[in-house]
Amino acid sequence: MVDSRSDADASSRGGTSERVIGLSVLRKEDLPLLTGRSCFVDDLNRPDALHAAILRSPRAAARIASIDASAALAEPGVVDVITSADLPQPVARIPMRMYPLPGMELLLQPPLADGVVRYSGEPVAVVIAESRYAAEDVFDLIDIVYEPHEAVLDPGLALDPRSPLLHPEAGSNLAGEIRIAWGDVEAAFAEADLTVRERLSCQRHGAVPLEPRGLLAELEPRSGRLTVWGAAKVVHTNRRILARLLGLPEDQVRLVELDVGGGFGGRGEFYPEDFLIPFCAVRHGRPVAWTEDREENLRALNHSREQTHDVELALRSDGTLLAMRDRFTMNTGAYVRTHGSVVPGMTAALLPGPYAWRAYECVAHQVVTNKTPAGTYRAPGRYEANFIRERMIDIAARRLDRDPADLRRQNLIGPELMPYSVGTHTDGHPVVFDSGDYPLLLDKGLACFGYEEMLRWRTENPGPGRRRGVGVGYFVEKSGIARWEYARVGVGSDGGTIVHVGSASVGQGVDTVLAQVCAETLGVPYDAVTVRHGDTDSVPEGMGAFGSRASMLGGSAIARAAEALRARLLELAAERLEASPGDLTIEGDRVIVRGSPAVGVPLGELAASTHAGAALSRGEDPGLEEEAYFDSPDMAFPYGLHCVALEADVDTGAVEIHRYAVTYDVGRAINPKLVEGQIVGGVAQGFGGALLEEFAYDETGQLVAGSFMDYLMPTAGEMPNVRVEITEDAPTPLNPLGVKGAGEGGTAAAGAVIANALSDALGNEAKTLPLTPERVVELARERRAA
Amino acid sequence: MNNRKVSIEINGRTYDREIEPRLLLSDFIRHEAGLTGTHVGCEHGVCGACTVQLDGEPVRSCLTLAVQAEGHSLRTVEDLAQEDGTLHPLQQAFHECHGLQCGFCTPGFLMSLEPLLAEARDFDEREIREALAGNLCRCTGYQNIVASVRLAAARMAGSGADETEPKEPE
Repeated sequence: MVDSRSDADASSRGGTSERVIGLSVLRKEDLPLLTGRSCFVDDLNRPDALHAAILRSPRAAARIASIDASAALAEPGVVDVITSADLPQPVARIPMRMYPLPGMELLLQPPLADGVVRYSGEPVAVVIAESRYAAEDVFDLIDIVYEPHEAVLDPGLALDPRSPLLHPEAGSNLAGEIRIAWGDVEAAFAEADLTVRERLSCQRHGAVPLEPRGLLAELEPRSGRLTVWGAAKVVHTNRRILARLLGLPEDQVRLVELDVGGGFGGRGEFYPEDFLIPFCAVRHGRPVAWTEDREENLRALNHSREQTHDVELALRSDGTLLAMRDRFTMNTGAYVRTHGSVVPGMTAALLPGPYAWRAYECVAHQVVTNKTPAGTYRAPGRYEANFIRERMIDIAARRLDRDPADLRRQNLIGPELMPYSVGTHTDGHPVVFDSGDYPLLLDKGLACFGYEEMLRWRTENPGPGRRRGVGVGYFVEKSGIARWEYARVGVGSDGGTIVHVGSASVGQGVDTVLAQVCAETLGVPYDAVTVRHGDTDSVPEGMGAFGSRASMLGGSAIARAAEALRARLLELAAERLEASPGDLTIEGDRVIVRGSPAVGVPLGELAASTHAGAALSRGEDPGLEEEAYFDSPDMAFPYGLHCVALEADVDTGAVEIHRYAVTYDVGRAINPKLVEGQIVGGVAQGFGGALLEEFAYDETGQLVAGSFMDYLMPTAGEMPNVRVEITEDAPTPLNPLGVKGAGEGGTAAAGAVIANALSDALGNEAKTLPLTPERVVELARERRAA
Repeated sequence: MNNRKVSIEINGRTYDREIEPRLLLSDFIRHEAGLTGTHVGCEHGVCGACTVQLDGEPVRSCLTLAVQAEGHSLRTVEDLAQEDGTLHPLQQAFHECHGLQCGFCTPGFLMSLEPLLAEARDFDEREIREALAGNLCRCTGYQNIVASVRLAAARMAGSGADETEPKEPE
């Protein structure tokens, strides 16, 4: 169902000889990955490298009375055991890179626990040895005396004044509060014919990329420069943080991104290890390598999504949505990490969704507890918000005896109201929906799904103990935060085009998409374009890959640089060919005279003519390279619909997806096949969050889902096929490509629709994710009892 | 710990090494033989990223000790393509069907599936999904992996096949 742009469409854009934007060209990234020639960080070896293993707290809440590593240090092959006392004093905390709230600076994590452990899995010591095996061998020889105290796990209880404080110096377990209110909420509720009030919650789960994190750090002895391989996502930002924490000038620190095995919001943030491993390399003057194992990964990488909402809707009896009032807690775990208040901020800002409310009020409480710290995970804050809002609308529809799709249609923001100011803000920045035809997408989405057909399917008898349900969920996503990106495009003397860009790859195919933008804008073949990123030595600046920004902002910066380069190439060729630049174009690897392809000059020759010697002798600036920044002060908002038809077994709790469809307007799809891949893969993660995945804890604060036997991710056995329709009805006016980010829409509403369909099937409202077999059976049993 | 001498054949080449008996086969392949195309995703036998073939059968190299492979013949992802670089039909199909994103799990999928495809017949979706169910992929949602297997199977079965277009899901 992926639309590929027709030739007629493509040719109408004109101006260049290569039209590849909108085509599903094959990926540039694939060949090394398919043949084992890829290089993930653990694949990299340096001579004489030491290996690090990180000893983590087995306790969720304890004072460290003493640490004695002498027995471990006496073992063969063990080089060093580093604890907090070995770090530069006072121990620096890992800073926030986004959305800080006042007071959060008191809740930041030190790289190693300094006297107190606040979650199970917190790094306490680093063992450096000649091999990873030798390093782990001595864990048991490090004598640590913990004085445990009561763990605070529930955010509601954590705010009780009688609860112990995780960070006494902060004076409270409340990490931050966000309040958003506009319109007359009280009046709307007073005027309402129907109010619906529920407590709904979403469980702790997270990114869990398949490649564990790893780092390799090496100090170059002659220059004293430090290189760190294994960076990801926000390479330049992390260089800045690392340089500051190590007390080195930024120029002395080089971060390099290798192949990256999935990010999804979790990987690439600055974690304790991102300081510890380089610190050890500097301390010992030898390369130090570290790769986490899966158990570490599940306890150490940011968790996400744990929110509980008390939410109320006010409606008229004719179905008009009047107001929403919400008060929620987000469990941020033991420390505030790099994301600051991004997650609850996104929830509060985008909870209103695609509907035209009269009034809205939200109070968000971000709370510290003795669990792994939390951060972003694909569609952060919005997966939760969509679950809350779309669940509530279904509950209201049932009370009003209305078709849920129809009730949504009645309340959508009309296209005539675009751009639409939602009245909310993220990090102080107003949320303004840039473009969209929400009713049109609803119609397209229901048609793609076959809504009427599925409603008929739902009424068929599925047999004893089986129940069928249908659910829809509408969502507005956001894309392209942190506004700007850097790109440089140049032509080499072999005629090839090289792009350097500040975007990053987390495995999503960014090289391919950005090469398409460059090829089309510059007018050269896709195959002639090479995209480079992720090395702070060759790319001076960059913001990276998060929040569905790489194509949108990286692409726009590349388009701008490529346009300038094209003009320069035509100018240079015009002199050579004694023609006007307006009469020239680029075809293949040459600049030619339009209509006379035999008359032309190879790009490589133009590049050679700009080498310093030649260019300077003509009194010109050398080089054939153009640099550009793209700055977009506002986010773009893609939007879409998820629909699902499913069947539940009331005795076993098994849920079988009959049909799943996603319709998503991304403004413009640079590579439809890759967008489709993002959506389907995103659905798989949302599906896992809806039915399977949970970072469950016991009452002492131990993570009981610390392996893949317990943390269940979808396999090919459970995952349904997904119908995908990509629409391009509302290109954003905010960038020259019209592109909105596409990375998160597949995940965004999956929890919402699966819960809606299961509620429909069971005749009982699901209020908590994940809908495990036990919960499904329980919902069915409650219904029977009622 | 007394080291043991082992002689293990990987991709037609014999590696003679003296190793600790506890060394995982995955670590032997990656660190002793330097074949880093085999990836380690969980080290407890669930994710399947480390799958290699031991005497032609897929095994989890993270659940196997290197000493257990003594005298056996191993095959890893590096051996799938031909020497001239021509991709195995399964690799080619993954490329054409967008069957991989980050690619970390991909070698495990390829090594798990390749013996199945050697049966040179068509497979229905249920059979393919069953064959895939021992490997985790966090990126693709499996849909395009299923399509890749279908395309490769059709081509290898020679059922008119080279022209087979990647199928849209039903």
